Amino acid sequence: MSMDFEPTSEMEAADIIRQAAGTGMPLAITGGGTRPGLGNRVRAEQLLSARKLSGIVSYNPAEMTMSARAGTPMAEIETALAGNRQMLAFEPMDHRGVMGTSGQPTIGGVFAANVSGPRRITAGAARDHLLGIRFINGAGEAIKSGGRVMKNVTGLDLVKLLCGSHGTLGLLTEVTFKVLPLPRAAATIVAFGLDDAQAAAAMAHALAMPVEVSGAAHLTESVRYRFIGSSHPEGAATVLRLEGLPASVAVRAEKLKAAFAHVAPATVLDQEATEKLWRDIRDVKPYADGTQKPLWRVSVAPTAGHQLVAALRLQTGVDAFYDWQGGLVWLRMEADAEAEMLRRFIKGIGGGHATLVRASDAVRGVTPAFEPDAPGVAALSARIKEKFDPKGIFNPGKMG
Amino acid sequence: MPETIAFLEPKPSVLARRDAIIEDLADILPAGCLISEKRGLVPFETDAFIAYRQVPLAVVLPETTAQVAAVLKYCSRYGIPVVPRGAGTSLSGGAIPQSDAVVIGLSKMTGILDIDFANRTATVQAGVTNINISEAVSADGFFYAPDPSSQLACTIGGNIGMNSGGAHCLKYGVTTNNLLGVKMVLFDGTVIELGGKALDAPGYDLLGLVCGSEGQLGIVTEATVRLLAKPEGTRPVLFGFMSSEEAGTCVAEVIGSGIIPVAIEFMDKPAIGICEAFAQAGYPMDVEALLIVEVEGSDAEMETMLASIIEIARRHGVATIRESQSATEAALIWKGRKSAFGATGRIADYICMDGTVPLSQLSYVLKKTSEIIDGYGLRVANVFHAGDGNMHPLILYNINDPEDAARAEAAGNDILRLCVDAGGCLTGEHGVGIEKRDLMLHQFNQADLNQQMAARAAFDPLWIMNPSKVFPLEGRPAA
Repeated sequence: MSMDFEPTSEMEAADIIRQAAGTGMPLAITGGGTRPGLGNRVRAEQLLSARKLSGIVSYNPAEMTMSARAGTPMAEIETALAGNRQMLAFEPMDHRGVMGTSGQPTIGGVFAANVSGPRRITAGAARDHLLGIRFINGAGEAIKSGGRVMKNVTGLDLVKLLCGSHGTLGLLTEVTFKVLPLPRAAATIVAFGLDDAQAAAAMAHALAMPVEVSGAAHLTESVRYRFIGSSHPEGAATVLRLEGLPASVAVRAEKLKAAFAHVAPATVLDQEATEKLWRDIRDVKPYADGTQKPLWRVSVAPTAGHQLVAALRLQTGVDAFYDWQGGLVWLRMEADAEAEMLRRFIKGIGGGHATLVRASDAVRGVTPAFEPDAPGVAALSARIKEKFDPKGIFNPGKMG
Repeated sequence: MPETIAFLEPKPSVLARRDAIIEDLADILPAGCLISEKRGLVPFETDAFIAYRQVPLAVVLPETTAQVAAVLKYCSRYGIPVVPRGAGTSLSGGAIPQSDAVVIGLSKMTGILDIDFANRTATVQAGVTNINISEAVSADGFFYAPDPSSQLACTIGGNIGMNSGGAHCLKYGVTTNNLLGVKMVLFDGTVIELGGKALDAPGYDLLGLVCGSEGQLGIVTEATVRLLAKPEGTRPVLFGFMSSEEAGTCVAEVIGSGIIPVAIEFMDKPAIGICEAFAQAGYPMDVEALLIVEVEGSDAEMETMLASIIEIARRHGVATIRESQSATEAALIWKGRKSAFGATGRIADYICMDGTVPLSQLSYVLKKTSEIIDGYGLRVANVFHAGDGNMHPLILYNINDPEDAARAEAAGNDILRLCVDAGGCLTGEHGVGIEKRDLMLHQFNQADLNQQMAARAAFDPLWIMNPSKVFPLEGRPAA
């Protein structure tokens, strides 16, 4: 086994890639290596890590943008932002818990995997916050796209294309992204005892109110005590987050609580409890269980999530909870991954997609991690891949 | 008429077959969907970038996705260029045809197909106007957020083509942030669907690539967009300043303080005069610069935010503060702002720039802009989205005076280079079109553009889709 490539400059990275392209040597692209479970097994022995392309390049709090080299640890970014009471509004998940990995997640990894958390429903996904990139394509050329301003439609948006491409189109070397002020106050309204269908209706109702709900999750009875203690009423917990100016959060919390008073017993969590709760939801705490039980991340229309889970429950052992108003379903299978059945049922409820986030090597070896594209789209994606990585050296096999 | 921006040379093989092509298109489409007479074609010769005109070979107005697919299948077989068109409101010439092109207009595809309040989505055909979406859901307490000034006319298909913005993007983002899915037709007639009602989609983010691709990757025929709950209340407030610099630094400080209003719009003295004369919105006439700052939420919330903003404005020497006292006044304030381009068009011809700059550069770029304009002996009115640094200098000129027009174009190019050099970009929301095409190498190097063109070729290997736009004519791959 050869040494890992850990270039310390963009030019060095480009040289490595140019040579690899010349010899057709496949490269496993990685950052902090904390999310290896995302995607299929990569058919490459040689690792190319962005880990040492590290450091914040520029940070201008008043302009709400930051540029950082791709291997910059998330901890460094978050510390710098917190010092100015700012944040990454898309709340990227930390996969270490569910995947049982260690090490430092990097900002490049977050964008390469388009990792987004609970605030996705209002603030957008990682891809909505990425303003500009530098990357090395499969020919070893350094390419830039986007910039450092909030609005930019100059040319094709390769920024979006690279975001979520899991290192299969290029090696990100630098990312420029939007940051936002930390909310000065936050609270969570919890309604207890709703079943999944009732919760879906309640969340839809809350999101239709002019109260700016910034998080809407339903914690089913089986997981709820991992999030909210037994000092509260029993049963499943439907949780709605409000953020903003203190006086405003208080007023909106009262409004929202009143709206649910006739539906279920409800309570309000304070800022500290709110911050912990949503961090736990973001990181899928109940399934950070040290097991290899198959874990799926399913994305569907918000009102369809509970229908999917109901159909699955009749067929197999499954545990689930919901984020994104019900549209993001975390599913832990008790035994088999049941990929075929799951994907068939998703089609049956109007479409969406399932990503296998964790499973044993044996299961991962026979289960496509990502939802296969429809034929026309698959052909297009294959042509895109060919245009960015003509020799097929970046993460071969990872996306299918 | 200036002649500095070239179009691709028309293909002789296409021009020679004109009559046959028109006959074939007539066979493909139902009656009433084909325009081939000169008189009928003239209205399609330009868009809102009126300095350039080209009469197309034919215009088709299909009624279904299948008809769009049939036309594209036919055009790709013969290598006939295709120019997609929504309402023709492009300010960058994105919809200006070329003499060997078939224009595919989406104006007959105006159906609202599905409104789903529980999932907060609307699925509409591409020819639906931007305002129609919000109007269709307004009574139920929802709206569609991106709001270009041309929203009464512009279509969602065109909005997707240009990744359009608007005054309220500061809080809600531009089209790409509010688009969940499309049905689109590729160059060869293949119909694909990207995304849907879920908040993300598998595989590469092709939807993100398509949005803002200026009709070069295919023709969107249907779109699924996000709806948002309307805020409890909104309140625009006018802040008058005795200098543009003060207004500019005030904007930067408001944003930097952590308050994000829904909109911060800027007008300089010429723009104030033009808009006030048109809309009688009650704008203060004795100031050099005006900010329209809009906040939203409950009354208490708006009071709190406004108090902070007013405090910042006072520190920057604000001369006038005027809060709207009623919904009618608020509507007038916005009417004045949103009619700025139309009102300017009544007093002079103009070209509208669209560069975006970092907020810290706003004052500097405003100052340099007026120096550039003075240098050319022209006049300018500035009216733009200050909160996100998206400038819109309107350069006034006389379209019938070729020298004046050439000066305006040169001044515009200087201003856009200035924006890029200040750390910004050529276009924030209007698109590259033909207008800024030849400036692309000021922002990107050839390798950057080659990668974009490679992505483009993955969608349209024949380069028949809106081919004269976006990429400089030199440096393109051999067809």
